[in-house]
Amino acid sequence: MATKMGIEVSVAIGEAVRLANADVIAAYPITPQTHIVEHLAELVANGELDAQYIPVESEHSAMSACLGASAVGARTFTATAGQGLELMHEVLYVASSMRLPVIMTVANRALSAPLSVWGDHSDVMAVRDTGWIQIFTENGQEVVDNVLCAFRIGEDRRVLLPVMIHLDGFHLSHVIEPILFPEQSEVDRFIPPNQYPLPLDPNKPVAMGDFGPPNIYFETKWAQEINLEAAKEVILQCWDDFGNTIQRYYSPVECYHSEDAKVLLLTMGSFSETAMTAIDKMRGDGREVGLIRLRLWRPFPFEEIRQAVRNAEVLIVLDRALSFGGPGGPVCSEVKSALYGDDKRPKVIGFVGGLGGRDITPAGFEEIINRGIEISRRGSTREFEIFGVRE
Amino acid sequence: MENYAVFVPRLVTKKENFAPGHRACIGCGEALAVRLACKALGQNVIIANATGCIEIISSQLPYTSWRIPWIHTLFENTAAVASGIESGLKIQMKKGRMAQQEIRIIAIAGDGGTSDIGLQALSGALERGHNFLYICFDNEAYMNTGVQRSSATPFGASTTTSPAGKVSIGQVTWKKNMPAIAAAHDIPYVATACPSYPFDLMAKVAKGAAAPGPAYIHILSPCPTGWRFATDLPVKIGRLAVETGIFPLYEVENGTYRLNLDFSKLRPVVDYMKLQGRFRHLSEDVINEIQQRVDAEYTKLKERAS
Repeated sequence: MATKMGIEVSVAIGEAVRLANADVIAAYPITPQTHIVEHLAELVANGELDAQYIPVESEHSAMSACLGASAVGARTFTATAGQGLELMHEVLYVASSMRLPVIMTVANRALSAPLSVWGDHSDVMAVRDTGWIQIFTENGQEVVDNVLCAFRIGEDRRVLLPVMIHLDGFHLSHVIEPILFPEQSEVDRFIPPNQYPLPLDPNKPVAMGDFGPPNIYFETKWAQEINLEAAKEVILQCWDDFGNTIQRYYSPVECYHSEDAKVLLLTMGSFSETAMTAIDKMRGDGREVGLIRLRLWRPFPFEEIRQAVRNAEVLIVLDRALSFGGPGGPVCSEVKSALYGDDKRPKVIGFVGGLGGRDITPAGFEEIINRGIEISRRGSTREFEIFGVRE
Repeated sequence: MENYAVFVPRLVTKKENFAPGHRACIGCGEALAVRLACKALGQNVIIANATGCIEIISSQLPYTSWRIPWIHTLFENTAAVASGIESGLKIQMKKGRMAQQEIRIIAIAGDGGTSDIGLQALSGALERGHNFLYICFDNEAYMNTGVQRSSATPFGASTTTSPAGKVSIGQVTWKKNMPAIAAAHDIPYVATACPSYPFDLMAKVAKGAAAPGPAYIHILSPCPTGWRFATDLPVKIGRLAVETGIFPLYEVENGTYRLNLDFSKLRPVVDYMKLQGRFRHLSEDVINEIQQRVDAEYTKLKERAS
């Protein structure tokens, strides 16, 4: 029997990590993820989670300590946000390249300057190509479920990759929601013990992290790409099993009233739920609009995206990050490139909005959709549209 | 120390956990120091290695010189990686997922990886009290990238980024005192060593690895390539560094200083400097300035150790 609790999402993440029985947590405080690591510190201090808690002196060291712990076969967790994720940047590549299944929640936050502790996806987009599995969530339940899934996916022998679970800073990290927690016995059955195949062990010495000259480096990178692509199968299996045992189902791309919709909006993260409210209202007004929510960011679900938008005439993509001097939003440019080869594809209009914690209301989403439809008809000289900014 | 030198060789293992065939330069003092340290450490260790000379000479894929478990990740994070290894082993033994055993965690790095880019991670790991030994193999510059100055480069040395020129003597700052910084963390064991004194070095490494908590050993590793001396001289150069008082051998055990080799009269620093191309440009005045500084530092150390 699951337990239902009204709980802050950050605290709920700590509870999920406790259920997963993590061995090592290395953490450094940064808003808006602090409540996650505070709760974990509390659980360890009270003996409710038997883990080593390393209060490191920076995020760079947090991820580095995770590398070491993971390399000796320990189940390893950390959390960060914004600047913290940036400081970890080079270490993130090492985690994925050395096949170390570190699990991390990221409370998505804007990047300095000016300093902003509030949410957007600038931090995620800067680590897009680090080789991690990356999953976006929309509410507290999804975060908890996917943190549990992350341990099973990352540590799977066929995968052995680090996993990032993204949740919007404040909009998700700091809200109190009713969340269902599976029983410990269910979690124990769902996540098998971590059995890292080649840990650092004096009884069976291995060398990890040798340097790769030009005659071998490229092969290691190609193997990594094949591995990340192949991880998708395991992710889908894991979500299936999770659905079959715990009755909540997840998929790489999720559709809401999209089948008959001529106009689709695509969002990622907690804004999706607000967008649903706007879709409901517009449907009530007789408009043929629908919503596509992108959950699996890496590996990118090309085929699922193509299937999901095939019958639409207009696809409006909302990004919460800006690629300076580039095509606007990273999500939009990836969706465009996924569709480019298809003969039958919708017109894609990119919007950038909600930077640095600026909210978008249901009325705002309605406006985005209406503006998107208008631009699809009359065209625009801009590469992308901007929403909710004083010009 | 002479008696020690007669009997100890019989106790030293012939096993080489740092295997030959690596790519170090001829006459590398650092490779010699690593080899000796490995003899002292034995089989039950895990090495975390920072980016640097030792990493690149020992680990080119698909080869390795390491017969003990070894990990390299990045340049500045080795002490943090060691923290994770220590915590990961401890908790798995506690939870019964791993047999109880004594595994020594050893972090190794060069002077750049220690006194410059890795200083924060090192300070953090020492402060948190992880049970590990950190060894800095100090060849007094970024040798791997082509002899650029670090904060451990001595005053007056010419490097590629502190070149001696018409208006410069080369490095214009004094060598950062890393052992003192380590000792300021109030850790159980800090020592200096040099491969020119192999038994002293091995004894210290064994002691540091067995210390109850963090330990730090700073090993001067003469570098023929970067210091510009003949490849048959590293052992002699190391001895001169100690005999001139430029690199005294000492230990700090639970805060108590002890000089391992004391000299009633130090050799003049010029004996050490004249054999090295990196100091060749220095005037008598600058050498005198260095002599005065070395004398003063040695006196301070002796007072601490008395």
